[in-house]
Amino acid sequence: MNVIEIKNLSFSYEKDIILENVNLHVKEKEFLAIIGPNGGGKSTLLKLIIALEKPKIPSIKIFGENPSKNLTSIGYVPQNTNVNTNFPIKVIEVVMMGHVGHKKPLIGYKKEEINCALGVLEQVGMKEFAQNKIGSLSGGQRQRVMIARALCSHPKILLLDEPTSNIDIKGQKEIYNLLKELNKYITIVVVSHDISIILEYASSVAHVNKNLAFHDVSKKRKFHANDGHFCEVELLQMLGEKHV
Amino acid sequence: MFEALSYEFIQNALIAGILVSIASGIIGSLIVVNRMVFLAGGIAHTSYGGIGLAVYFGIPIFLGASLFAVFAALLIAFITLNQKHRSDTFIGLIWAVGMAIGILFVDLTPGYNVDLMSYLFGSILAVSKEDLWFMAALVLIIITVVTFWYRDILAVSYDSEYARLRGVSVKTFYTIILVLSALTVVIAIKIVGLILVIALLTIPIYIAENLSNSLYSMMILSAIISTIFTLTGLLVSYSFDITSGASIILVSALALIVFLILSKIIKYNN
Repeated sequence: MNVIEIKNLSFSYEKDIILENVNLHVKEKEFLAIIGPNGGGKSTLLKLIIALEKPKIPSIKIFGENPSKNLTSIGYVPQNTNVNTNFPIKVIEVVMMGHVGHKKPLIGYKKEEINCALGVLEQVGMKEFAQNKIGSLSGGQRQRVMIARALCSHPKILLLDEPTSNIDIKGQKEIYNLLKELNKYITIVVVSHDISIILEYASSVAHVNKNLAFHDVSKKRKFHANDGHFCEVELLQMLGEKHV
Repeated sequence: MFEALSYEFIQNALIAGILVSIASGIIGSLIVVNRMVFLAGGIAHTSYGGIGLAVYFGIPIFLGASLFAVFAALLIAFITLNQKHRSDTFIGLIWAVGMAIGILFVDLTPGYNVDLMSYLFGSILAVSKEDLWFMAALVLIIITVVTFWYRDILAVSYDSEYARLRGVSVKTFYTIILVLSALTVVIAIKIVGLILVIALLTIPIYIAENLSNSLYSMMILSAIISTIFTLTGLLVSYSFDITSGASIILVSALALIVFLILSKIIKYNN
């Protein structure tokens, strides 16, 4: 079953064409990596999927419907988690934002919402920081909190925009192992520069640079030579040189 | 000093000071975390147009200023939400045009001789029983809105993009915050005046923000700090017979300097 279906999508900001004639089908429980150069339209594609931007001609379907009708089934982790770090807000309050828009109590938060938030924080290894101010965390810790927030609404699709750009190598591995775990029951779409890590975990790759080229990599996983060295040559051959 | 408390106008001024402080503490927090200080300044000055119109047409000044300020807030909300490019230019324009309208209508009013300075810099002598009811009603509305819609307001303020994604109407809450700011500015005019109101909406809030780890504690702390500054300022104003707005702002600024020095020292010692 296709959870995301994009047909002939074009999008432009004023006169600059960002995406042209993009077609993409994402299946249930797929792990899709979106790669491509800066300014190639990766983040814009994500924003179109979550209806933060709207194309002139509706060309995206999420579970067969317009993106704006399925907002709660998508978890989104935005790119820059370093904005607004001075804001007086606790980690657990950030996570509980994932609940906003659900049936909510008259005042404050429900007990199960707090428990749910603590649960997802534990899942990302940040439970002990629940009462800390968000500004006191490192970039990597903050990113994990943002993932917890996205998980809070129990999404069927998780979209992440450059999730590991602020995280050290060990943290990156942890994040991707966490995503792999989550991938057992939800579809994952990740925008990333980090080709080596992405290809270890992704089942498909889309290269976006105004146009989109799709590659199924689920059967081919040997991108590492025997010494563990990442072999780019094989990857380039597979993706076709014109796209990379 | 205590005999002063028996005068009705002093009692009214003190109650007004507390009510304005609660409103400006809560709304000031929202203005600061949403980076709307410039917008609030624009609304404050534009409301002078309402004062001028009210004087000319002989309607209550509070009413004229409120309607005009709310209209300015809606206009500014519309511009900032729909015209991202150069919206600050238009706010500057509204700011100046509002004031110009006010001055024009005051000029046109025959035989008008009420002290204009009192609207620009505050006048505690002028607080009536009706003013107090208006202020109390506004404080009640503000507390109701931030209590029942706290999490929506928090989401919109912290991460509006994500709030939109979770189905919160960012435009609605953004507009509500601006309209409440407009009404807060109008009641604060009585105490500090429309030129100095921006200091009341920022100085206590800045101090509170540095001492809080959540938005609601920032709001409560802002209201408390604001009340202390306002009452101290009113005391100074009465004792030395100076304009209330100026003394409240200078008391606040002095406290801010002390706060900044103290936090530097504490940081240095750690």
